[in-house]
Amino acid sequence: MEDKKTELPLGGIIPEGGTAHDYSTGGWRKLRPIVDKDRCTNCLICWVMCPDSAVIVEDGKMVGFDLEHCKGCGICAVECPDKVKAITMEEEG
Amino acid sequence: MAITMTKGQTGLTGNAAIAVAMKQINPDVCAAYPITPSTTVIEDFSSYVADGKVTTELITVESEHSAMSACIGASAAGARVMTATSAQGLALMWEMLYIASGMRLPIILTNVNRALSAPINIHCDHSDSMGARDSGWIQIYSETVQEGYDNLIQAVRIAEDERVLLPAMVCLDGFITSHAIENIALLEDEDVKKFVGEYRAQNSLLDTDKPSTYGAMTLPDVYINFKHQQSQAIARAKEVVIEVGKEFGKKFGRTYALFDAYRLEDAEAAIVILNSAAGTTKVAVDELRKQGKLVGALRPRLFRPFPFKEIADALSHVKAIAVLDRADSMSGFGGPVFNEVRSALYDADKRPKVMSRIYGLGGRDYKVKDALGVFNELQKVLETGKVETLQKYITI
Ligand code: SF4
Ligand code: SF4
Repeated sequence: MEDKKTELPLGGIIPEGGTAHDYSTGGWRKLRPIVDKDRCTNCLICWVMCPDSAVIVEDGKMVGFDLEHCKGCGICAVECPDKVKAITMEEEG
Repeated sequence: MAITMTKGQTGLTGNAAIAVAMKQINPDVCAAYPITPSTTVIEDFSSYVADGKVTTELITVESEHSAMSACIGASAAGARVMTATSAQGLALMWEMLYIASGMRLPIILTNVNRALSAPINIHCDHSDSMGARDSGWIQIYSETVQEGYDNLIQAVRIAEDERVLLPAMVCLDGFITSHAIENIALLEDEDVKKFVGEYRAQNSLLDTDKPSTYGAMTLPDVYINFKHQQSQAIARAKEVVIEVGKEFGKKFGRTYALFDAYRLEDAEAAIVILNSAAGTTKVAVDELRKQGKLVGALRPRLFRPFPFKEIADALSHVKAIAVLDRADSMSGFGGPVFNEVRSALYDADKRPKVMSRIYGLGGRDYKVKDALGVFNELQKVLETGKVETLQKYITI
């Protein structure tokens, strides 16, 4: 039988950039970050610290999370300044 | 460098000749770590780098694992890359050998064959390259200094051919070939340059306009498909080896094939043997031919991929064959070359009797009398139609 996958790029090389965006790292999340916008000061520390660029910022304001890529590590919740602690991690249902 | 100069000939050791070939190829990057008996390849080559005779970036590293890793990085960046090693050095590269071939990087390595420890030994056998035979590298074996030099130049074309794109290893016998001086014919720098041409990698990590990822994870949905591609590519290497060997012959007068058959056409008994020991075997063949005995020899040049059909065709009329291995695969069932040859002959209409003889490990001499002894055993097989001992050590 002819192998349909022989057209794959040689040697497992991915011949284009930015392909990590297409991979849903949110699939294995156990804890989901929840932001309380009443407490949030938009300091954007969570946006800086998130290892998966999963904090969404619009017009200089933190507006929520990209749950396709947020893996639930909780770094944002820890890094959110003690004075506000605007992010809590909740079990995925 | 050259010790003697006769007309059109230069007296060089095997390692010096390999270094001259590397100088003429002028690779972009060479990453290496010294190990006996391959050390003088890189020693000579580093003089060429220091003297500005090449434009190669020479990377001196802290181990062979790092040497092959640096070769892989440079090759992924689109460079033409070469290195050299022996024995434990090749063993330390093991993990990276598979990565080089899996990523389809046409790196060229000279392996100066040396025994693997333990016990520690610096002399010739083929346990190093035979251990790497399933790593996905093309393996070309060389009988003489001249052939080692010629093979290295051809290896560049074979590895980089777009039908292949796989790393290639050129093997020559430690000390016997690497340190013995032979009068050889060198090619002109310009001819080598033209023959190998310019290398244009399909992808380059340094090409930021066309970003690519090397070494990505693949799961059960595609891993086997990449291996399938690789398997088909190494099978295709056979026709490329033939083409390049012919073209080399047309241009420079020395033609190379998949193997070298010596007085085999009407032979009833034959020895199959790799590298320098083939020369000794041919002397024994000539002696016996003088006595009217129908004997011959076959020296495989390409071992990976293994040209099983061609070798079987060349041997199928022979009645008794001894395959001599300078390595033991410790299976209790013959050496690595023996197993390939015997398996290749399975489909022959009249299967020859085949036996395995292990010789010369750790640099033990293989003399004409040893070859004559094997032919003597083959004579008995011809008379009785039986192989009494399938695997046996000789030269002990
Ligand atoms: S939980 Fe981790 S991945 Fe998700 S937004 Fe916070 S820092 Fe990013
Ligand atoms: S770190 Fe906390 S306060 Fe700062 S933007 Fe993020 S959620 Fe808001």
